[in-house]
Amino acid sequence: MSARLRWRKFVSGFMLTMTGVCAFVAVSALFLILGYLVYHGGISISWNFFTKLPVPVGETGGGMANAIVGSGKLLLLATLFGVPIGFLGAIYLAEFSGGTTAFIVRYAADLLNGVPSIVVGIFAYAVAVLPFKHFSTLAGGFALGLMMIPITLRSTEEFLRSVPKELREGAMALGASKWKTIATVIVPAAYRGILTAILLAFARVAGETAPLLFTAFGNEFWSQGWNQPTASLPAKIYAYALSPYDDWHRQAWAGGLVLLGLILVINIVARGILSRGISVSRT
Amino acid sequence: MATPTATVPSAGPLVGSRSFLAKLREGDEIARLITFLFAASVVLLTVLLVYELWIGSSLPRHKFGFNFFRTSVWDPIFDQFGALPFIYGTVVTAAVALILAVPLGIGAAIFLAELAPARLSDTLEFFIDLLAAVPSVIYGLLGVFVVVPLMRSYIQPALKSTLGFLPLFQGPAYGVGFLTAGMVLAIMVIPYIISVSREVLLSVPRDQREAALSLGATRWESTWKVVVPFARGGIFGSIFLALARALGETIAVAMVIGNQPIIKASLFSSGYSIAAVIANELTEATSNLHYQSLIELGLVLFLLTFILNGLARILIVATSQKGSAVGNA
Repeated sequence: MSARLRWRKFVSGFMLTMTGVCAFVAVSALFLILGYLVYHGGISISWNFFTKLPVPVGETGGGMANAIVGSGKLLLLATLFGVPIGFLGAIYLAEFSGGTTAFIVRYAADLLNGVPSIVVGIFAYAVAVLPFKHFSTLAGGFALGLMMIPITLRSTEEFLRSVPKELREGAMALGASKWKTIATVIVPAAYRGILTAILLAFARVAGETAPLLFTAFGNEFWSQGWNQPTASLPAKIYAYALSPYDDWHRQAWAGGLVLLGLILVINIVARGILSRGISVSRT
Repeated sequence: MATPTATVPSAGPLVGSRSFLAKLREGDEIARLITFLFAASVVLLTVLLVYELWIGSSLPRHKFGFNFFRTSVWDPIFDQFGALPFIYGTVVTAAVALILAVPLGIGAAIFLAELAPARLSDTLEFFIDLLAAVPSVIYGLLGVFVVVPLMRSYIQPALKSTLGFLPLFQGPAYGVGFLTAGMVLAIMVIPYIISVSREVLLSVPRDQREAALSLGATRWESTWKVVVPFARGGIFGSIFLALARALGETIAVAMVIGNQPIIKASLFSSGYSIAAVIANELTEATSNLHYQSLIELGLVLFLLTFILNGLARILIVATSQKGSAVGNA
């Protein structure tokens, strides 16, 4: 083996090892994040965290019960607003439309998908807060729902398209109308994928903070109804992490652990559903 | 052979097959109309968003014109608004993030696409996807309590003693600042670079690799001189995506950049970013001009990410199509 070949082989082995190191570093970031949160969050979390309201500075104890419920309400609104538009819009794209209209809708969705969350916040503030002159849970749900639309729409469309053509033709040949084919054959065949898409969209907006600062704002108490500002888990973590009080820092860690746990579990479940494949096997 | 009569399933009491079919036909039209309305609302919302940003920023656009981007005084009391410090902070932190994230991300993508067995690659990709799902406030939390103290006590003093002759690494080490924000951003954008680059690398046809290897190239040479150049467009696409994400990132940056409108060469200095100033000031804007100046910053951010995302999409699609075109030939 010539010296040059030996050198080339050395370079090859070295560089390939380095790529492995890169992958290792990137993946270890996830475990470092998890480790820190489990460690700091684990010693800070308590039953009170889930059941008590925040307490004023100086008093110890208290929790984020209102923020947890607030996040739940915001996400419920977001789902009610974002999922129908995304889902039915996707049915239009995959089943009814062709050509220019579909292109425009797809383009708009991709554009919306790339809009930074802070800009979505500005928009929601301008259309759902300023005209009513107060912050509200509804405005927060609107902002988050808006972010769910493009994710749900594009992935649902893809999963609908991946349903084999034979199923469609089979249903049609039996005399089913088009909407009946969609409702009883195509959507059920793609439901795993659609569910995954919705869950991933949900998980993505569950951790969003920036749009909530201008819309749901925050609240130290229970938020009554849907028309008042509400606390939310991400916004509370943000506020508490930047505060100068140790007790609030601990609350922020506990909140971070709960939030990240929730998001990771949803992600894992969603991918688990999908990995079983589309419910109808392609032939 | 079944009888060729077209029976309608669940026909129920027949009211005459013609009108029944017509009703079904109507059902189709209704379904089409309803889904169309929902699809159209996506377009409507997007148009409304752009319209609001444009109309909402008319005051500063007319008052300051292009000077908005050239002046660095941001003074709500005297109604003077210049965006330069924020643009500077956004660009510097994004640049730091890319310098750190691009080599690491591409290296990891090469490992996942070229070296790792399929099973390991999929498992690692699963973890990378989870990393991408971590919300930015969590990165901010870790940034504040872990990265900032680490920077202040170890990394910044070490950089100062080794590379302190560069203006980039001078000045007091506060922990917060451009460098810290850039590092946090780097971790946030790495998953995007890895996932997309891995996809485009995997779309490179197998013959390309085999041809290089059969000519006597080592494994690395075939990867670096054949596969990576083939996928170059898509890799650039992944970098643009990451850049768009880094420019628009708000919460994590706002928590570690220091939030002071300063333009300094030193990466240790506190700074401010476009997204962070919007987050901190929008609800507390003192005057209409102040509020609209923040919206104009939002418009800038929107346009930047719009262009970058568009470019990224074109590059990624073109590269994967090139892969399948050559593969089929």
